[in-house]
Amino acid sequence: MFEAIFVLAALAIAFGLLLGYSAIRFKVKGDPVTDKIDAILPQTQCGQCGYAGCRPYAEAIANGEADINQCPPGGKVVIQALADLLGRDPVPLNEENGQHAEKTIVHIDEQLCIGCTLCIQACPVDAILGAAKQMHTIIDSECTGCNLCIAPCPVDCIYIVPVKRDISQWRWPRPETELEKPEADKS
Amino acid sequence: MKRLLRHFHGGLRLPEHKKISMQELISEAPIPPRLILPLQQHIGEPAESLVSIGERVLKGQMIAEAKSFVSVPVHASTSGRIICIENRPIPHPSGLNAPCIILEADGKDETIDMQAHDYHHMEPAELRHLLRDAGIVGLGGAGFPSFIKLNPGPGNRVNTLLLNGAECEPYITCDAMLMQQRPHEIIKGLLVMKQALQAEHCIIAVEDNKRLAYTTLVNALEEHQPHKIEIIQVPTLYPTGGEKQLIKVVTGVEVPANNRPVNVGIVCHNVATAAAVYDATQGQPLISRVVTVTGDAVKHPRNLQVRFGTPFRFLLDQCGFDERAEIDLIMGGPLMGFKIADQQVPVIKTSNCVLSLKREPRRPAMPCIRCADCVLVCPVQLLPQQLYWYARAQDFDRIQDYHLFDCIECGACAYVCPSHIPLVNYYRFAKTEIWAQEEEKKKADLARQRHEFRQYRLERGKKENEERRQRKKELLKKTGNKSDDRDAQKTAIEAAMARVQARRAEQEQQRKNTDNLNLAQKKVIEEIEARRKKTND
Amino acid sequence: MNPGISSSPFLNSGNSVPRIMLWVLLALIPGMLAHIYFFGWGLLINLGIAIPTALASEALMLRLRQRPIKPFLSDYSAILTATLLAIALPPLAPWWLAFIGTAFAIIIAKQLYGGLGYNPFNPAMVGYAMLLIAFPREMTTWLPAQSHHMAFMDSLRYSLFEVLPSGHNIDSISMATPMDIVKTRLGLNMTIDEINAQFHNLFGMLGGRGWEWVNLMFLLGGMLLIFIRVISWHIPVAVIGSLFSCALVFQLADIDAHASPLFHLFSGATMLGAFFIATDPISAATTLRGRLYYGAGIGIFTYIIRTWGGYPDGFAFAVLLMNMAVPTIDYYTQPRVFGHQDD
Repeated sequence: MFEAIFVLAALAIAFGLLLGYSAIRFKVKGDPVTDKIDAILPQTQCGQCGYAGCRPYAEAIANGEADINQCPPGGKVVIQALADLLGRDPVPLNEENGQHAEKTIVHIDEQLCIGCTLCIQACPVDAILGAAKQMHTIIDSECTGCNLCIAPCPVDCIYIVPVKRDISQWRWPRPETELEKPEADKS
Repeated sequence: MKRLLRHFHGGLRLPEHKKISMQELISEAPIPPRLILPLQQHIGEPAESLVSIGERVLKGQMIAEAKSFVSVPVHASTSGRIICIENRPIPHPSGLNAPCIILEADGKDETIDMQAHDYHHMEPAELRHLLRDAGIVGLGGAGFPSFIKLNPGPGNRVNTLLLNGAECEPYITCDAMLMQQRPHEIIKGLLVMKQALQAEHCIIAVEDNKRLAYTTLVNALEEHQPHKIEIIQVPTLYPTGGEKQLIKVVTGVEVPANNRPVNVGIVCHNVATAAAVYDATQGQPLISRVVTVTGDAVKHPRNLQVRFGTPFRFLLDQCGFDERAEIDLIMGGPLMGFKIADQQVPVIKTSNCVLSLKREPRRPAMPCIRCADCVLVCPVQLLPQQLYWYARAQDFDRIQDYHLFDCIECGACAYVCPSHIPLVNYYRFAKTEIWAQEEEKKKADLARQRHEFRQYRLERGKKENEERRQRKKELLKKTGNKSDDRDAQKTAIEAAMARVQARRAEQEQQRKNTDNLNLAQKKVIEEIEARRKKTND
Repeated sequence: MNPGISSSPFLNSGNSVPRIMLWVLLALIPGMLAHIYFFGWGLLINLGIAIPTALASEALMLRLRQRPIKPFLSDYSAILTATLLAIALPPLAPWWLAFIGTAFAIIIAKQLYGGLGYNPFNPAMVGYAMLLIAFPREMTTWLPAQSHHMAFMDSLRYSLFEVLPSGHNIDSISMATPMDIVKTRLGLNMTIDEINAQFHNLFGMLGGRGWEWVNLMFLLGGMLLIFIRVISWHIPVAVIGSLFSCALVFQLADIDAHASPLFHLFSGATMLGAFFIATDPISAATTLRGRLYYGAGIGIFTYIIRTWGGYPDGFAFAVLLMNMAVPTIDYYTQPRVFGHQDD
């Protein structure tokens, strides 16, 4: 009987040492998960998630305060990516935060602009060019479509335009997988 | 001097359907009343229009210039008047529109003055410039600007110049007929290319199902004796005409992935491109090409020399088109071409074939049965089945582990698939999705940068305000008197005004050029002053 | 967006899933005829039960999964599974053996995993293995190979009601397979020569009497399939090659205690398995090198189970074990891609 105890104890110690060594030797030095989450978010900086920008939302997800389905501009793609990253199940987009829509940008109607700079102060990515009493204009390639500038404008001169799609940005559509249940491959 | 040919993995023997369009020689297609010339008929950036509406142009006149590097100009295919410049449907799988110049032919077909060049005494850079200005692009179907492919690049030596006369896709016969009818232009074009590249060896590769083309070229080569040009027959196997596959077969060299053949000292051009290059040295820019019009719905399938801008429907009518037939209209071959929805799209530089295939009743795709027939035929030795699974699951990371971007989209896998899965469709979808995602990521990264900078800017602004306030507080503490503060201000203001006055005096001093003026100059100055006074009032 | 968009290629080779399945069924016919000649009508009766059961279970499952029924039933894959299972079952089997086995194979091993193309395990082998474990006695009750058999109606009556014609009883007419006999006797430390002497009516020229013909016919059918390119040569050659080599090695080591390689090849379900069961594309490896390893693994496991395992013919378990290994095999045998060095 003592041999059995002795052998088992020796095995336990041996495996324990092996595991301990492996834990130190093969330790994975990873980035903090907040950076990884922030890399997935679309950087629209719109605040629809309820946080003041994408970085605070990323921190909230990392802390467990926020769920992964609060980003309307990211839509299903971002939810799926976050789910894969964090090892969770994907959930449908939380409609309370907004609807997922095609990317849009805004334009300023130059006839109405009074040069008050309120929109410039509101833009989270500094995509509006202008100064006090000077004409303001949107830099199309920088605008993320967050629409935060529309509310502050006192003369309502900012309006939404769809992003121009031309032939160089055309994508092949996803082929239908027939013989599947109708709702199965919706994406 | 029998060259040992190698094999590439896989490949297919396909039913050829070539004889029907090789019954007669290439004939000139008539010029349609209106020509639609897209500004982009090539890979790269579109050309920019040089003409205005109503302007009369001559055949061969440059009507759009190349503004960026990867671009070539567009020339008028016949003489006539520019009617408009607007978006029109172009031959593209999306069916979308793009900017085009619409030219109304005047029936005279008047040419600009063409100037022949003696390429023997031209520098390679000069030659390339000439070919670029002639609008030459790869006529095998890809449309890459040829002058770039005729540049060995710094530090590269071109060992082999290979002409691709394989034309491995079924139905297409334009290259075969060109080789039969204009072998000398092809050979002379090859020599021009050799000059531009300073290449050592020249090889022409022809598939062994084109016997007449081969013998014609062999006979023609006799007349160019001092030049050593090798001509070989390659086995008829799809897709031997693929650039990297042909290079492997002829030279045994496998071009490394993500590399151009020129990096291993080999350059490959299509035979039709060679003929166009020769024409360019004779002063003729690229304004037409041989197009094979064939398929199930044309009574008279054949090859035509077509001016760019000719609508597809016009060409089809020339060949006895049955418009009520249930067909799919395809530009290109049945394996690599794409469907055309609008029959009025024009023939462009990359249109090698107008194909009308009977529309089969659509069979739904069965699930993949993992038979691996696709693995057996893939010329790039990929695992098409794995690519399919990951494309379908939209797992774009794993799919790149299986080398999705090495796929040449030849269609051999989908051809053999017993479940009729549209495999190439999935790969194209995956590729464009990945590119779109990379674009979006770049944009997102930029937005994040700008946002972070904005945060920093606001912080900095706040800090500076704080510092200023601190400084003022300290200044106040030091002087202890408010009136002193005002004095300090006054002194500062006076000092600033003195500085301004001094600078103005300096400028007055320096403006010596108003002394010693002659009468005419003084008069001009008086006129200017008078005008200024008037606008200031 | 233009609804007419769809992508090249616009030609197809004409190959299709039904065409593949039909050719396999066709190639099975010579072997099945030999089976009926030597072992009586049992096979036909089993087929008559298995095929309708397979179609019915597949239709039922497709309906429950809300998939279209017609394309999947008309691809003949269910019929093929039923046929292979029926051939593997003993000819003297009660009707419920074929019924349960086929239903299990189609419903559990195929449809529950996702239907055609999604099953990781060979459905016919799953059904066979389940029956072998659950009903060992019925599954090892074979008939001797002879040219004189029970009449068709008598066989049918036995199958449905387990009633034999008067004067017969099950023990007198049934017999274990030659493979079974060799295995048990070798286990009792008889030598091969002694077994041969005792059961001189059992062995033919190549393998068990009757069995060698059945295997030979399946071999011919399999070679036909390779010739018309329905299957590739890799798996059959690997299975047969590895089984032959294993048997040869051990026979050379101790000639009295092991059956000959030819015996292994031409008895039991070897040829049927090598050409028709192991080559089932859905559960087999896909890369070409992987197929060789897969086939070799099946051959080795078959030999191990036949010689030292608990079952007379280990082919089914060998196939199922290698099915488990397929994802790993596929992962590690990826071919080198054109233009890449050994990645």
